[in-house]
Amino acid sequence: MDRAETSARIAALIEPFNKKGVEITDATRFTDDLEFDSLTVMDFVAEIEDGFDIIISMNQQAEIENYGQLVDAVVKLQG
Amino acid sequence: MTDMLSDNETQGATDLFSKFDPLIEMRRDLLSTGVTDPFGLVMEKVISPTVAMCNGRETILLGTYNYMGMTFDPDVIAAGKQALDDFGAGTTGSRVLNGTYAGHKAVEEALCDFYDMKHAMVFSTGYQANLGIISTIAGKGDYIILDIDSHASIWDGCKMGDAEVVPFKHNDIEAMEKRLRRIPEGAGKLVVLEGVYSMLGDIAPLKEMIAVAKKYGAMVLVDEAHSMGFIGPNGRGVAEDQGCLDDVDFVIGTFSKSVGTVGGFCVSNHPKFEIMRLVCRPYVFTASLPPSVVATATTSIRKLMTASEKRAHLWESSRTLHKGLTHAGFQLGTEEPQSAIIAVIMPDLERGAMMWEALLHEGLYVNLARPPATPANMTLLRCSLCAEHSAEQVQQIIGMFTRAGKTAGILA
Repeated sequence: MDRAETSARIAALIEPFNKKGVEITDATRFTDDLEFDSLTVMDFVAEIEDGFDIIISMNQQAEIENYGQLVDAVVKLQG
Repeated sequence: MTDMLSDNETQGATDLFSKFDPLIEMRRDLLSTGVTDPFGLVMEKVISPTVAMCNGRETILLGTYNYMGMTFDPDVIAAGKQALDDFGAGTTGSRVLNGTYAGHKAVEEALCDFYDMKHAMVFSTGYQANLGIISTIAGKGDYIILDIDSHASIWDGCKMGDAEVVPFKHNDIEAMEKRLRRIPEGAGKLVVLEGVYSMLGDIAPLKEMIAVAKKYGAMVLVDEAHSMGFIGPNGRGVAEDQGCLDDVDFVIGTFSKSVGTVGGFCVSNHPKFEIMRLVCRPYVFTASLPPSVVATATTSIRKLMTASEKRAHLWESSRTLHKGLTHAGFQLGTEEPQSAIIAVIMPDLERGAMMWEALLHEGLYVNLARPPATPANMTLLRCSLCAEHSAEQVQQIIGMFTRAGKTAGILA
């Protein structure tokens, strides 16, 4: 799956978590812009993991602060 | 080196404590309501495992994890006093240097007998047992799969090691299996579970979870801190109770709950287990437990092996309290009593703190638990029963909760 396709699928998965309807760009930050707390992060990560059949370990999550970084990580993890 | 400051220049200083400002503010707001600080209680005198003097008032203790009431057992105290006389106040050394006395070997033997396992390793605290074992056995390239509601000592053990850390939703067997399935072939896997989760007092479906873990070739570590001495026919914990203890590779436990003193341990049948004594840094680079502590622990553990009457009484108290609080109208952490922990769910921190204080005025101490220690950002009043609580005390406790609940506006 290429980056654009991956991004489109993640954008769909993020929808129910984007309570305030924040506009999503590669620079959108999960904590600061989308205001995800730790519980939301857990549920959201599980959605992404199940959606792409991958593991995003806590170690990898620590490196992901914004949407663009998540898309890049998911592209990489799909191999 | 042109960017160095000259003698008459100074840079603005960043206060490293500014990151704690939100917490400082939260505490200030809470205490400004006039409520007693729930995290600053002092026990002036401890009368028994179930009663202490707090603020000059005789107070029933219902938040001490002293499940089996061994803290004042006469045999336990006598053993401690004897060890103080014979071996002194402390060892002043690491277990691998000058800190292993006859008492340390004796307590490890007692643990092997208690769990019917080949190896036991004693740490200075339960926290260090999780920290040491988890960070040491799961290394770079390995995977740790753990329940999201795991205790802080488990999380810190993960953080200290180099393994990939993969949490799954609390007690969710399917979520655990999905993650195990996705781990690259050939990678080492450690599944970390707890018998009793201490916040809500709920137990894990260990039998099913361990079967899944084994299917994927994972090693299994179970923290039985809150079940030792009390759950299972021999008090070995939830894994024993569910008939799957033989499939657990490492049991982590503590002396600071049912055993009634302080210290932590890991028991295992792994044939290479003894090497841990040389490679586990939280075991090596700290002083060993004082002789009096290991002597009290040994005596207590051996007495817990035959404490089936106490276990039965504690279960009875747990059922009575659970039923009484439910009947009074409180919302509890579990629908049925699953352990000696009964968690009463509060609507928010402010009313939780009010209720906690109202209980203290009634003469009852419970733990106020709040985020981030609690799951789903809940505020809890956590009650932990003791085998020494009398049936009469349990009735008194229900009465105190009912009155305090009305005072604090939790009950209608």
